[in-house]
Amino acid sequence: MEKFVIFNLGDGTYETKLTKKFLKRKPYQKEEGTVKAYIPGTISKVYVKKGSFVEKNTPLLVLEAMKMQNEIFSPFKGVVEEIFVKENEKVIKNQVLLKIKEE
Amino acid sequence: MTIDKKTLELLKKKEKIFEKMKETVEKQALQGKLTARKRISALLDPESFHEYDLFVEHKCTDFGLDKKSLPGDAVITGIGKIEGHPICIYAQDFTVAGGSLGIMHAKKICKIMDHALKLGIPIIGINDSGGARIQEGVNSLAGYGEIFYRNSICSGVIPQISIISGPCAGGAVYSPALTDFVFVIDKITKMFITGPDVIKTVLGEEVTQEDLGGARIHAEISGNAHFFAENEEDCFQKVKKLVTFIPWNNKKKAEPFPPKSPKNIYNINQIIPEDPIKPYDVRDIIKALCDDSDFFEIQEHWAKNIVIGFARFSGETVGIVANQPIVLAGCLDIDSSDKAARFIRFCDSFNIPLLTLVDIPGYLPGVDQEHNGVIRHGAKILYSYSEATVPKITVILRKAYGGGYIAMCSRHLGADFVFAWPHAEIAVMGPQGAANIIFRKEIQASKDPEKTLKEKVEEYKEKFANPYVAAQNGHIDAVIRPKETREFIIRAIEISKHKEDMRPYKKHGIPPF
Repeated sequence: MEKFVIFNLGDGTYETKLTKKFLKRKPYQKEEGTVKAYIPGTISKVYVKKGSFVEKNTPLLVLEAMKMQNEIFSPFKGVVEEIFVKENEKVIKNQVLLKIKEE
Repeated sequence: MTIDKKTLELLKKKEKIFEKMKETVEKQALQGKLTARKRISALLDPESFHEYDLFVEHKCTDFGLDKKSLPGDAVITGIGKIEGHPICIYAQDFTVAGGSLGIMHAKKICKIMDHALKLGIPIIGINDSGGARIQEGVNSLAGYGEIFYRNSICSGVIPQISIISGPCAGGAVYSPALTDFVFVIDKITKMFITGPDVIKTVLGEEVTQEDLGGARIHAEISGNAHFFAENEEDCFQKVKKLVTFIPWNNKKKAEPFPPKSPKNIYNINQIIPEDPIKPYDVRDIIKALCDDSDFFEIQEHWAKNIVIGFARFSGETVGIVANQPIVLAGCLDIDSSDKAARFIRFCDSFNIPLLTLVDIPGYLPGVDQEHNGVIRHGAKILYSYSEATVPKITVILRKAYGGGYIAMCSRHLGADFVFAWPHAEIAVMGPQGAANIIFRKEIQASKDPEKTLKEKVEEYKEKFANPYVAAQNGHIDAVIRPKETREFIIRAIEISKHKEDMRPYKKHGIPPF
């Protein structure tokens, strides 16, 4: 934080310090076919298995959060490629729950 | 002199309450904190405090509370003076039922807030409370709601100051959040919506109160705090100083001070390096310009790529917004836009002229910035500058490129005075980027593209990286030498004393919150 670095802004280079927040920002990665937890909570039920064929809006699992049973639906038609969570597992916000291959 | 029976009775009643409070002084001392009463006397001018509602008691009869007497219902309210300026004040008393907020406690706070609003004087709240008084149930929530409502109504009418000298958790945080200036104190402030226990139950994440919502967190990361103090004494000194910079209400001006020259150690000609890529601390420029080199910085630990604060010019309070080249090259981003926009609105509400010092390469690039809404946040700064009707003075110190040029109180957003220094570069973008676009074909066709690019960059710099294109078009009023700047600013403030800027009627605007 205290050191000056060369900072390239595209149309010019500047000597400056960088903030902690800037240094800690997550590099962008495109993610396709992942279903994430939109709220932190506990997985109370998993309806699908690896290889299951799902239609758009098929219920995939139940994410219990803030005393509410939230059903998570498939965002599109496809095959469940991978399930990363088990029943009764606690998940954090934006944790990847499962991966679906779009068809 | 004889004291009649009734007066004696009053004195006895008071003594009884104070006696009860005395027992609890040690409790606060154990936590390294002053008592509510000591805080008030440390903050106010000697002998200036007049207390209200000392005899207020709670009315709750549930859960055994009827057998408990809570002196003053855990809050002290009253009026007093700071450096001669009248203020209303309340201080929550943590030693009485953990400073918990019940309906009578809230009523006392609301009463003193209403009082402040009618009298047109600032309200200061010293927060030190465990939160809602659970025994009082929904009545306690009603109390919070009444306070938040008044915070919103008072906003922009009287200055509101919050000191967080203890815990302030759950709904309670929203009263300070709605006020204009929040003071936090190292190792004493604990401020959050949901505490470590809830976070652990829900998420399994372990975090201490200090790491979750300590003073440093709010001063450096969340941006909720405006001033960070090492201890309570330091905090009160800062509050006192702040009060001298701001007016009593939105119809008044801040009281002028005797004019003073800047200190000699700040030589304005020697601060900005010749090489435009080299950084400098813009606070040195401010100190070289303002009275007594006394710059009172706000939010100095958060979004440091923009600097905001108060200073005086020829004795008059001025609000300063300045890009800080030493951090992130002085780019605008989400946090710095939020920081500046709110400050601009404060100054505009309270008749404080705005001085903007510009040295900005543009908005900060990045996926995280875009995805987190830099468009909507960045728009706030445009909105608040355009909306402001106080005198607006802009000095372009060095770079003013692209959207950054427009955003930093350009003539186009209604600046009354725009000055530029001779080495200012006012252009649509940096020379490198501009040359790459304008001369793309020539560069591509060239045998030595690198050399051509270099030549074209130089060509562009020569033609456009100066203040004179803007000056020819009347976008700036004058190109001035650094050492003339203070004089130009003082003259501008003096001459715009009676500025009137009428706007079409509206209930209120819709800023991009």
